[in-house]
Amino acid sequence: MKKKLYSEAIYRLLIIVIAVFSALFVGAILLLIAKANPLTAYYVMFTEPLSGKFGLTEILVRAAPLMLVGLGIAISFRSGILNIGGEGQILIGAVFGAFIALTFPDLPPYILLPLVFIASFIGGAIWGGIAGWMKAYLSVNEILSTIMLNYIAFQVYMFLIRGPMIDPKEVAYGTGVPQTALLSKNAWLVRIIPASRLHAGIIIAVVLAILVYIFLWKTTIGYKLRAAGAEAKAAKYIGVNVKNYLVLAMLLSGGFAGMAGAIEVCGVHHRALESISAGYGFSGIVVALFGGLHPLGIIPASAVFGLLIVGADMMQRSVTVPASIILAIQGLIILAIVSSQIFFSNIGLKEKIMIKLKLMKSGDKDDT
Amino acid sequence: MILDFIIGIISAGIPLAAPLLLAGLGEMFNQRAGVFNLGVEGIMLMGAFVGFLVVLIVGSPILGLLAAIAVGALMGLLMAVVSVKFKAQQGISGIGLFMLGWGLSGTLFRVYIGGVTSITGIKPFSFPLLGKIPVIGEIFFQNNILVYIAFLLVPISWYVLNKTAWGLKVRAVGTNPQAADTLGIKVERIRFQCIILGSMMAGLAGAYLTIAQTHIFADNITAGRGFIAVALVYFGRWKPVGIMWGTLLFSLAHALQRSIQVYGINFPYEIAIIIPYLLVIVVLALSYKSQLLGPVALGKPFIRGSRE
Repeated sequence: MKKKLYSEAIYRLLIIVIAVFSALFVGAILLLIAKANPLTAYYVMFTEPLSGKFGLTEILVRAAPLMLVGLGIAISFRSGILNIGGEGQILIGAVFGAFIALTFPDLPPYILLPLVFIASFIGGAIWGGIAGWMKAYLSVNEILSTIMLNYIAFQVYMFLIRGPMIDPKEVAYGTGVPQTALLSKNAWLVRIIPASRLHAGIIIAVVLAILVYIFLWKTTIGYKLRAAGAEAKAAKYIGVNVKNYLVLAMLLSGGFAGMAGAIEVCGVHHRALESISAGYGFSGIVVALFGGLHPLGIIPASAVFGLLIVGADMMQRSVTVPASIILAIQGLIILAIVSSQIFFSNIGLKEKIMIKLKLMKSGDKDDT
Repeated sequence: MILDFIIGIISAGIPLAAPLLLAGLGEMFNQRAGVFNLGVEGIMLMGAFVGFLVVLIVGSPILGLLAAIAVGALMGLLMAVVSVKFKAQQGISGIGLFMLGWGLSGTLFRVYIGGVTSITGIKPFSFPLLGKIPVIGEIFFQNNILVYIAFLLVPISWYVLNKTAWGLKVRAVGTNPQAADTLGIKVERIRFQCIILGSMMAGLAGAYLTIAQTHIFADNITAGRGFIAVALVYFGRWKPVGIMWGTLLFSLAHALQRSIQVYGINFPYEIAIIIPYLLVIVVLALSYKSQLLGPVALGKPFIRGSRE
């Protein structure tokens, strides 16, 4: 029996590896079209961030928001609702958090920081909850509504940091860069490695990942959430109010993305500025899928995509390929991962492949 | 004054409807065959970029449009392989396609063009005589050729979908693929054809933005129009005429928002920009009952022999 589980694991790993390699292969063609040598580009992307303290700490700086967004997305996908609105939820979370930090600059850090995170959670939760409520009670397609809410959030955010919340200095000097004032040091997350940007946010993210795991797999509410997502009709039959759980899933999902906003504000920039979401809302989807929609898979997955994003920045500098290529490669990885699901769900196909690979046979022999 | 304002909005709104209409009718074919293609936005971005680049290099708008249609077909093929052959979850694969198109168009723009450049592209022309009629001429007879093509596609799409054998197959495949399969209709082939057709129209819609509307390319130039087009298919209840009304409603709102900015009415412009997006959400919320009228098999991959 153990052998069988073992061959199952090898099979899964094999499929994922093939999926990712085919995405990278198509990505190599895109790199060629972008006038870059794919081998050098990939080499820089995957190895340079690992070759020094700067790269390693930056990977974790990126991993923290990715992990939070990814966790939120896993909660929503597990509950049968596709939250594509991470980008907007991050922005609203960031602006809520920044508002609290700017309003109460003199509170001690151990009070102010939790307040900022709670505010960010609420901001993101409201933004996600709108889409959840409309899905549950008006059957509005959540993918479309969350995407629209992304565009709306961006404009609201820009209005706030260009208007009412703009740094008075930007007005005084006439530079007008859209950003809030610097937060008081009480709202800064501690730097955990000196002379780097690595801050305590990564620890918060890992702790939250473990909490999400416990919540989804060890509590009744978590069980009902997953039941509502896996088989809505059956869940209704056992007395789960599926509609309310959809809303709850989106509140939590948005809240986690909102906290990613707080992490960026308090940990990295110490203010709310224009490019704060940096595409984490979309990259978080890739992280969640790559992590198997499982909190404990999302922890390593966010490090992998942190590596890719830092690597893409380094590639831009040394190979002069625009870093935006990483967005296209992530898109390819999504396509590859969702395509690979058929190799798990179609049992006939799976057995065929496993027999060809002789994984099943050796497993069976040991059983008898 | 008020009349001028209204005429101004209508005559500005109609050409803005064309890209939404092209993409929306394309998406309608996708969805009528049972496939939810959210990648429209990414396809439009690639169409916009490739069309622009070809016009910039070769100088021929026709070649630019054809190139955009070709790149749309290519991305449609990818979408079809992923969602029909590999039976992937369509909402997520569409987001993948969107990120691919967005990232790639942005990257290639930086590599091949770099800064703000403009092209001549396609210009509006005035019909002889008809264009000189006051009010009506200004609204209907002074547009670029693609606007007329887009609106002509409304009756053509209706005819193809409802009066041809192929259209019947499309509707069968989107409503009850199992039954269609037993009648010998090649479900997967029809879905491939619809996705590729829809994607070609999305590519054209993207090229419209750069070649006929703005004459420039910028990162993320579509600004959600692809997603709006998908939403309008719901609003239009999967019917060409309904989709046309939706795109007109939308583009008029868009034109209104622009004139608020142009006329310098005291209103924060960020708030004006959100009007169309808010409208999508309102429209989706109001048309929720119509979802019952949608293609029954929408979003469900076809698995031969399964009972669902």
